[in-house]
Amino acid sequence: MTKLLVDNKEIEIEPGTVLLEACLRNHIYIPNLCYLPGMPHPDASCRLCFVEIDGKVVPSCTVKVNGPMRVKTDTPAVRKLQQSALRLLLSVHEVDCANCPANKQCALQEIARFLRVGLKPKGLDRLLKEPSIVSDHPFIDFYPNRCVLCGRCVRLCRTKEGRPQMNFSARGFNTVISFYGANRESMPTCEECRSCLKACPVGALVLREPARE
Amino acid sequence: MSQTTPRISFNAIREQAEKRRKELDETGLPKVHIGMATCGIAAGALETKTAFEQALADQNIAARIHAVGCLGHCYAEPLVLVENPGWPPIFYYGVTPGNAGMIVRAFLRDGDPLLETLLGATEPNDLIPQVKDFPRFAFEKKVITQKSGFIDPEDVYDYIDHGGYETLSACLEKSPGDILQEVVHSGLRGRGGAGFPTGTKWRLAREAEIEHKVVICNADEGDPGAYMDRTILESNPHQVIEGMVLCAYAVGASKGIIYVRAEYPLAVRVITKALQQAEGLGLIGKNILGTDFSFDLSLFQGSGAFVCGEETAMIQSIEGYRGVAQHRPPYPVEKGLYGWPTVINNVKTFASIAPILERGAEWYRSMGTDKSPGTAVFSVVGNVVHPGLVEIPMGVDLRTLILEICGGIPNKKAFKAVQIGGPSGGCLPERFLDTPIDFDSLTEAGAMMGSGGIVVMDEDTCMVEVARYFLDFTQKESCGKCTFCRVGTKHLLGILERITKGEGRETDLKTLQELSQDIKLGSLCGLGKTAPNPVITSLRYFREEYEAHIKEKRCPAKMCRSLTAFYIDLDKCARGCDACVGSCPVEAIFTTKDRKKAVDQILCVKCGECMVACPVEYSAVKKISPAQLAPIIPRPEKKEDKKAE
Ligand SMILES: Cc1cc2nc3c(=O)[nH]c(=O)nc-3n(C[C@H](O)[C@H](O)[C@H](O)COP(=O)(O)O)c2cc1C
Ligand code: SF4
Ligand code: SF4
Ligand code: FES
Repeated sequence: MTKLLVDNKEIEIEPGTVLLEACLRNHIYIPNLCYLPGMPHPDASCRLCFVEIDGKVVPSCTVKVNGPMRVKTDTPAVRKLQQSALRLLLSVHEVDCANCPANKQCALQEIARFLRVGLKPKGLDRLLKEPSIVSDHPFIDFYPNRCVLCGRCVRLCRTKEGRPQMNFSARGFNTVISFYGANRESMPTCEECRSCLKACPVGALVLREPARE
Repeated sequence: MSQTTPRISFNAIREQAEKRRKELDETGLPKVHIGMATCGIAAGALETKTAFEQALADQNIAARIHAVGCLGHCYAEPLVLVENPGWPPIFYYGVTPGNAGMIVRAFLRDGDPLLETLLGATEPNDLIPQVKDFPRFAFEKKVITQKSGFIDPEDVYDYIDHGGYETLSACLEKSPGDILQEVVHSGLRGRGGAGFPTGTKWRLAREAEIEHKVVICNADEGDPGAYMDRTILESNPHQVIEGMVLCAYAVGASKGIIYVRAEYPLAVRVITKALQQAEGLGLIGKNILGTDFSFDLSLFQGSGAFVCGEETAMIQSIEGYRGVAQHRPPYPVEKGLYGWPTVINNVKTFASIAPILERGAEWYRSMGTDKSPGTAVFSVVGNVVHPGLVEIPMGVDLRTLILEICGGIPNKKAFKAVQIGGPSGGCLPERFLDTPIDFDSLTEAGAMMGSGGIVVMDEDTCMVEVARYFLDFTQKESCGKCTFCRVGTKHLLGILERITKGEGRETDLKTLQELSQDIKLGSLCGLGKTAPNPVITSLRYFREEYEAHIKEKRCPAKMCRSLTAFYIDLDKCARGCDACVGSCPVEAIFTTKDRKKAVDQILCVKCGECMVACPVEYSAVKKISPAQLAPIIPRPEKKEDKKAE
């Protein structure tokens, strides 16, 4: 076991553990969206899980604990970046919680509360994508303006048996999740798995209402 | 056991090359060397070559036409070097097909070198000025591009005859450790942007105890306006290949890839041919020059994403995944392509290797500065008299590069700013002209060495518009993976667009500033980390321009269309003249009561054609910002009636 000091709290963890994981397990919350336990390489794409180590601000999902270290999760530099990243995510988010199935279980709401950022951040224009619903999959709807592009769904899908059913498509700001080529034949595989639906931290992947079938 | 050594194997090849040249020399024929890299071809070198062939046939003159690469004098293309026995070799610039015929008739047939159309001679003589006395030639120090423009890139023997692959054959007789040591010693820093010490990178690869190792040449070159790497590959691919083989030998790699964007068709063709020829001579592939060292080198065509120049994205792309950057560490040199230790270096880095190993680390260190030894290749474009590719020792200052080597700013305009390092770099104002060009000084000034793209801007350039232009590029090229770059650059662009349209808000500068800092600190890869640099530097050095746009709706450089207007100064307009009328694409120019001209501000699309059309002696068309300052002149009612008649 390795000891480390996080915000003056001493914790003990197995060497090799991801720092973010170590903190979360010890009830020290660090905002995060893209982290998936057990993956060989961190995605490090959401840019929320910053901590400060020796004066340097780094994403805690990219750090492995291999010896004693001092970590701060609550410095002004850390909070400024986290709030900025969250504001950016919210600026492309269709904030309509009342009509979203993820309401009250949504990671964005939780992080916004934690970082004290309003859901409708000031100063940045809201940029939304068209169309706002994509129904390419036989029974899953995708909401681009809810998606935070954490990539959890895509990465989990790849760990499952058989051909992956989804991926990112387009680039830059226009990046979306796409069920390219998913069709009726994918049904049995997806029906059984549904990992992406469970993995989505927001309400971007939704089981289609029977009415829309 | 045969007694062959790499040198003996190579000597046979070199003799072949020498024999071919001697045979040509003995013919005593004139030689016409034509620059046929993309810059030459764009200026019409193919037509010029055909014209030479035609004229030689017409005049019944035997001569050898030699297609060579780029000498760097892109402003002078098509550039032709004529070697006429009895004369010093002479450069002719801007050789049109017509000029080609003239050179053949006057010079090759009648012995008149056409003094008024030549650029200069390459050897001392009494008649013709020597190019080495021109500032461009005098300041330049060619190491990477030394053979460019003198050899035929599609003929490996031409390279060998100019000393090529000699270093490789000599080095294969030394130990890999010695080679590595020399490169470490030279202090060479990567020319792809970050300036990481090449020797250190190679040593890490060498120390990795993994059987398979890979060497990749990064020729993705995606910065807008930059064309150093393309030109080098088009002009002298073998020098890059030789550097890669030497690297592979030093680090113990068995596989190599040259990653070129498919949008460089000529480079792709030239490299493909070079690889075939090198393989044919046993300079790459199995048992190089008879040794038991093998290095399989191939070409990979990328589909032209800027981010694929970033090393981790490049590896993803070669492996067949989306070209998306990955968190480092592990660095490619620890765990790269397919998990193997991978050395990735820029084209210019590899092209520096053979000269370093040929002439030694000490020689290399004698050029440039202490911390940035050697030379740097820049493509200088924008408002300069002599744009093109320039190779100079590190440490030369910007003033010398821009005002002397590249001939200064054309049209008597004033210098305003220089943008170095492409979309990742920054804009520096005049007071930085004395900054020496090296990795550390430029970074300190807020710009970046980058890969070598330099854009010079004159007083008519709006710095907000320049920042907008670069952000438009980076925003489109973002891979979309991480939050700051994907969403942040989009907002930066949106705000800049607003400001250039005159819709800027008081709070915008603060937002730009803070968001830029956050994107720089928070992004995952170098693209996002450097994307805000054009905004940060222009805000720092040209803040008053931003403020003029926002507060006064005024573009000081009168570049932003929404904030400028064209009008006709009635005192200057010549009665009865209508030079401007036909130039306007939207018929916005009308005749006033006293038979002068005026611009209908509502119809005007601000193309500026009328300003060009107005005769210089009147210069009556004026550009003004803010747009409301343009006098509104009512259209006479009568005109409509007349038309109706
Ligand atoms: C967005 C981005 C684009 C890049 N493009 C290039 C490129 O076109 N050519 C290049 O050599 N390096 C490029 N680099 C730098 C490479 O990642 C890498 O550092 C370089 O190839 C290493 O070679 P060097 O040590 O010889 O400079 C780029 C980096 C980033 C972040
Ligand atoms: S759909 Fe959900 S899980 Fe998938 S990338 Fe978007 S937010 Fe993440
Ligand atoms: S900084 Fe930009 S290019 Fe780099 S990983 Fe993030 S989104 Fe992709
Ligand atoms: S959880 Fe670390 S960057 Fe997303």
